[in-house]
Amino acid sequence: MAAAEGQTLPKALDEKASHEKAWHEVVLQALKRNDIRLVPYVPDRVLTTLIKNIHADPFFTTFPTAREEEAVGIVSGAWMAGLRGAVLMQTSGFATLANVLASLAIPYQIPLIMFVSERGTLGEFNYGQSLVCRTMRPVLDSLAMEHHTCTRSDEFEFIVDRSIKQALTTQAPVALILSPLLTGGKVFDK
Amino acid sequence: MNTATNPPARNTKVMNRFDLTSRLIAKLKNEEAVVGGIGNTNFDLWAAGHRPQNFYMLGSMGLAFPIALGVALAQPTRRVFALEGDGSLLMQMGCLSTIATLAPKNLTMIVMDNGVYQITGAQPTPAAAVADIVAIAAASGLSNSAWAADEEDFERLVEQSLSASAPTLIGVRIDDKPGIGTTRRDPVQIRERFMHGMGVREPL
Repeated sequence: MAAAEGQTLPKALDEKASHEKAWHEVVLQALKRNDIRLVPYVPDRVLTTLIKNIHADPFFTTFPTAREEEAVGIVSGAWMAGLRGAVLMQTSGFATLANVLASLAIPYQIPLIMFVSERGTLGEFNYGQSLVCRTMRPVLDSLAMEHHTCTRSDEFEFIVDRSIKQALTTQAPVALILSPLLTGGKVFDK
Repeated sequence: MNTATNPPARNTKVMNRFDLTSRLIAKLKNEEAVVGGIGNTNFDLWAAGHRPQNFYMLGSMGLAFPIALGVALAQPTRRVFALEGDGSLLMQMGCLSTIATLAPKNLTMIVMDNGVYQITGAQPTPAAAVADIVAIAAASGLSNSAWAADEEDFERLVEQSLSASAPTLIGVRIDDKPGIGTTRRDPVQIRERFMHGMGVREPL
């Protein structure tokens, strides 16, 4: 697990991480393995190391967007023209996406791959984050979208790799929710 | 106070969306991609004559430029045009800076500015009386932004964009006429045909 996030991790998770691949390394490698080169994002504290490593790797075209739906538009256009993408965001960013999911990604059958860093639970300190988090799964369920909450390192690679492949082959969006149980999350520290 | 029919004085002719779209389409000889924003913008793109390289949005207001950016990044050797309404662009102003930062030189953005939400009853936009979209684009980092003075100037700016070394934004003032046609609202076929047009799929 990344040193940068070490402070936010419970000790047990940290020890486990020392002999397993860090979650962000799993994501980066799964993106590469599945030839996903375009990664627009709206940043999140938990995603810092992943974003930094994707920027450092010339395989990827990665950049911040002003809004999450903008990123969804970009990867949708790119996929239709032959370039695969994935979007990184935080829970509150996902909450801005209902319209674009319902009017672009789902009806046009676009394999939109989203990694959502989960704020709002398991130690949240901002009430607004915990409220907006509660809207995420009902929105995903109401659109019958595939989604998984990733909590365990030992399952993570399987979930990520299989979900990406399923999205691409069935041309359906998927949301992979990165739980604080997996990432350590962000905690109140000052 | 200015209204949609009395916008800020500019040396720009009030033109017509369908006429300008038809002029653009008539110029396309190299399977250029064209992304049409929601409502009248893609209705007139449809009416100008369907081509497999056209993509028609049926929702996701404001995403014509981001979708076109994705196409432009995926296929840097193909010219990509995006047609967007002023009201739509107001919803997604941030994309102008994203595009300026990435600077794909194969992207030409056209803003159809009538100052109103024509399709919902021609209510003025919040920007209609006060804002200049080309100035906003330039300030967002798209230095290659200009108003088209008239139809000839529009065609000249389109031609110029084909060999530009940076993304181009062309603002056109248009009247408040509705679109001429109505796009067939079949998203899967629209997307599939577009992918054929982009050369990434073969028909079944």
